[in-house]
Amino acid sequence: MTSSKEQKAIQDQFRERMNEDELMNCMRCGFCLPSCPTYIESGSQELHSPRGRIAIMKAVVDGLIEPDEDVERTLNMCLGCRACEPVCPSGVRYGHLLEEARDIIQQNKKHSWPVRVLRKLVFKELFPYPNRVRVATASLGFYQRSGLQTFLQRTRLSHVLPAHLREMEKVLPSAPTLKKMKKRPKHLPAQGEAKRRVAFFSGCLMDTLFIETNDATMKLLQLAGCEIVIPSLQTCCGALHGHSGEKEQAKWLAKRNIEAFEQCQADAVITNAGGCGAFLMEYDHLLKDDPDWVDRAKAFVEKIRDISAILIELGFQHKGLKLPPQIVTYQDSCHLRNVMRTSSAPRQLLQSIAGVEFREMRESDRCCGSAGIYNIVEPEMAMQILDHKMVYAEQTGATTIVTANPGCLLQMKLGIERKGLGEKVRAVHIVEVLFEAVKESGLFEESKDG
Amino acid sequence: MISEAAKQLFIQIVGRENYDDSKAGRLVYSYDATPQFQAIPEAVMAPRNTKEVSEIVKVCAEYRIPIVPRGSGTNLCAGTCPIEGGIVLLFKHMNRILEIDEDNLTATVQPGVITLDLIKSVEEKGLFYPPDPSSMKISTIGGNINENSGGLRGLKYGVTRDYVLGLEAVLANGDVIRTGGKLAKDVAGYDLTRLLVGSEGTLGIITEATLKLVPMPEAKKTMLALYQDLEAAARSVSKIIASKIIPATLEFLDQPTLRVVEDYAQIGLPTDVKAVLLIEQDGAREVVEREMRQIERICKEEQAVSVQLARSDQEADALRTARRSALSALARLRPTTILEDATVPRSEIAKMVTAINEIAEKYRVMICTFGHAGDGNLHPTCPTDARDDEEMERVEAAFAEIFAKAIELGGTITGEHGVGAMKAPYLEWKLGKEGVEVMQAIKRALDPYNIMNPGKVFAKSTRKRVVVTK
Ligand SMILES: Cc1cc2nc3c(=O)[nH]c(=O)nc-3n(C[C@H](O)[C@H](O)[C@H](O)COP(=O)(O)OP(=O)(O)OC[C@H]3O[C@@H](n4cnc5c(N)ncnc54)[C@H](O)[C@@H]3O)c2cc1C
Ligand code: SF4
Ligand code: SF4
Repeated sequence: MTSSKEQKAIQDQFRERMNEDELMNCMRCGFCLPSCPTYIESGSQELHSPRGRIAIMKAVVDGLIEPDEDVERTLNMCLGCRACEPVCPSGVRYGHLLEEARDIIQQNKKHSWPVRVLRKLVFKELFPYPNRVRVATASLGFYQRSGLQTFLQRTRLSHVLPAHLREMEKVLPSAPTLKKMKKRPKHLPAQGEAKRRVAFFSGCLMDTLFIETNDATMKLLQLAGCEIVIPSLQTCCGALHGHSGEKEQAKWLAKRNIEAFEQCQADAVITNAGGCGAFLMEYDHLLKDDPDWVDRAKAFVEKIRDISAILIELGFQHKGLKLPPQIVTYQDSCHLRNVMRTSSAPRQLLQSIAGVEFREMRESDRCCGSAGIYNIVEPEMAMQILDHKMVYAEQTGATTIVTANPGCLLQMKLGIERKGLGEKVRAVHIVEVLFEAVKESGLFEESKDG
Repeated sequence: MISEAAKQLFIQIVGRENYDDSKAGRLVYSYDATPQFQAIPEAVMAPRNTKEVSEIVKVCAEYRIPIVPRGSGTNLCAGTCPIEGGIVLLFKHMNRILEIDEDNLTATVQPGVITLDLIKSVEEKGLFYPPDPSSMKISTIGGNINENSGGLRGLKYGVTRDYVLGLEAVLANGDVIRTGGKLAKDVAGYDLTRLLVGSEGTLGIITEATLKLVPMPEAKKTMLALYQDLEAAARSVSKIIASKIIPATLEFLDQPTLRVVEDYAQIGLPTDVKAVLLIEQDGAREVVEREMRQIERICKEEQAVSVQLARSDQEADALRTARRSALSALARLRPTTILEDATVPRSEIAKMVTAINEIAEKYRVMICTFGHAGDGNLHPTCPTDARDDEEMERVEAAFAEIFAKAIELGGTITGEHGVGAMKAPYLEWKLGKEGVEVMQAIKRALDPYNIMNPGKVFAKSTRKRVVVTK
């Protein structure tokens, strides 16, 4: 419950902080409606459409409506997938409006104490510290390897978890050991002549739970002719904070990252997670009111590149890659597509592999329902979206579903599990497929293994 | 106010899940695509079939509750803005294509069907539904019928009215009537179908429509003619028509519009020319080729600096999509975007374009113009800021003068966007007192309690204001 005092504070903040020009920029043409997953899945409810959400935000500013439960609900239901942005002829930056609105509501809301403690733990004590993320992941590894996981699953003790979390737990990759996570490279040479000097943004989840994908990413970069620097002072991108209404914390993280990457003097900063990349790419917006930082942020932003985009730039599609025959499809990462505007590069790379029959999935550009932590906080809508998606995935006949973001990857694995396709179909990160192809084609020299 | 008794009756009819009177749930139906109009309804309802619509209307008649039928709310005349309160009626459950009859070339649909979905479905069967308003990817057939919407293909194929064969409608007393049908010829009594088309929800609620389809044309070609002189482009339009060629599409975009559209679409539109014409022809292959060559010649004679043919279907499609985004793309320029719909006889297009530019200069306002030039239907659009009262007064004056000019040239105040609440004060201007009285007599006969979308079409006063509403 939001008390009326809280509502008043929220309303005042809306008036003060929401960008009124941006709100007015929406001319209510409705062109974004058919692209919005929550509008479609809710059976065409304007309340769950971008146009409706913008109208609600504006109505709070105008004092036409109080920020009551329903207002909060519609903002929570939004996936933040930003599919409404590229289709908006008016160029409304919906994502920025949403982020600001969520931040205002969070900051002015008194959470119940367990939520408060959890939020503090996750946002302030865990993610900003790579070391702690490693330890947390290692405990997951202990849980998985010790037999405790099997024990809990067999005895059905894990049933105390809500159904969707139980399913989620099953698809988590096996966590690496703490030792492995601590031994990370700082610098890697190019294989052959160095064409570029790039910095690698390793990310929290990617450098722990998905450590293999990060290793493969770096190998691909080396192979493409990149000298790589991996600044050890880098930290979490802050996306989780930014999207959950912890904007100040996100800003603090942004500054630390900008500092860390400024020092490596690289031509480009490479990411392999659409969610992180998109957030890094908007540091200039995040820090727009901070005159000391805005130019530094702009310089940083210009360097951000997704792995598939840089590989295409460096001609990786002409490497003559091959794989055993298989049907492959690609699920866009929303933020990679809608914010980083990278959608053809991953497809081009997949299509360049001999043996791969690429089949486009219907609505491949529509969110899979993972959306950061959305599938944990809004399981019902998330699962509805996912199940819908899996129907189309199955129709392609693909045995390999490729994604470009860890959240999407887990969600697709979950979808496969839910549909009982585990035997036939696998979900992989694009880097994994490319790396398989590199090995299959005999391009990879084991000696350069960093 | 909806009394508790009426509310309970409504819930009995549509079910709890289809009745919403929460604040947020109502707020999102307080607007449409018309700037500066907003009013919050008292409740929102989504009936599942004609019977439920009829029962709702009966309750509304008894309790004198206004009803605002709403498709996707993309109209540009404040047609779905509930300015007198009451309920908003949604058709999200009534959104099925009931039949595509390939023998009689008809489609029977519910009002909530999205226009583009219908177009795609009939095209899969080699058939063609021509009315294609720029909003077609989200607009509904119910909305199209009630606004009698046109589109890019209107020049050759006509507007929605020309494709409505029959309707099922619920009248203000709850009676369900059926008009017309699949027949190609039918003169039994008054043509109620035509009366209901374009009635903006003020005479009845459309619950089903039978639409005419035509065979898919064999071939289609798309071309862009570029001009450094606005009037030269406008003259080309009149001349193409005068030489007895009716292109499928003949659209006009001026330079500021081109720039914002290119900004959004990024398909390499020329932004260094003063105007372009987007021209399309379809039909039998030889005819299309011959006529496109003729059109090219006319454009060049009228000083087109270049004439380019689309090289592929994708390119042609990109051009059309870009044109369709014009209005929303213009909205990126300033916080408020005011668009008009003045229409003149085709022969007067050049004069109208010149007049618009002179008027813009006179009142020091920016006016970008695009539109269905072949139909004489232009959309002079003014990017402005509703918060600046002084500027808004000038915008008001400029548009009043544009309207006067259109009527002077033998034109009308709205070609396709309807009257709604926005242009109601101007209706008398176009129709004369007697004309308005005939329409009011029809309205009174069919809707004695004035519950069907009240406040639309007919104004309380004829104070002629289009822009500043306070
Ligand atoms: C960017 C943009 C471009 C546009 N381009 C064009 C164009 O090219 N050509 C054109 O003609 N228009 C155009 N329009 C205007 C608008 O899209 C059309 O008028 C469209 O037909 C409205 O459809 P809708 O479903 O949104 O109807 P709504 O806006 O919801 O309703 C329109 C009217 O129909 C009534 N209504 C809706 N359903 C029913 C029903 N079942 N029974 C009775 N009454 C009903 C409503 O009360 C209202 O009066 C454009 C609008 C925008 C925003
Ligand atoms: S966000 Fe953009 S596309 Fe959506 S209604 Fe507003 S202006 Fe139109
Ligand atoms: S971000 Fe995604 S879910 Fe949210 S309004 Fe936009 S399209 Fe809809």
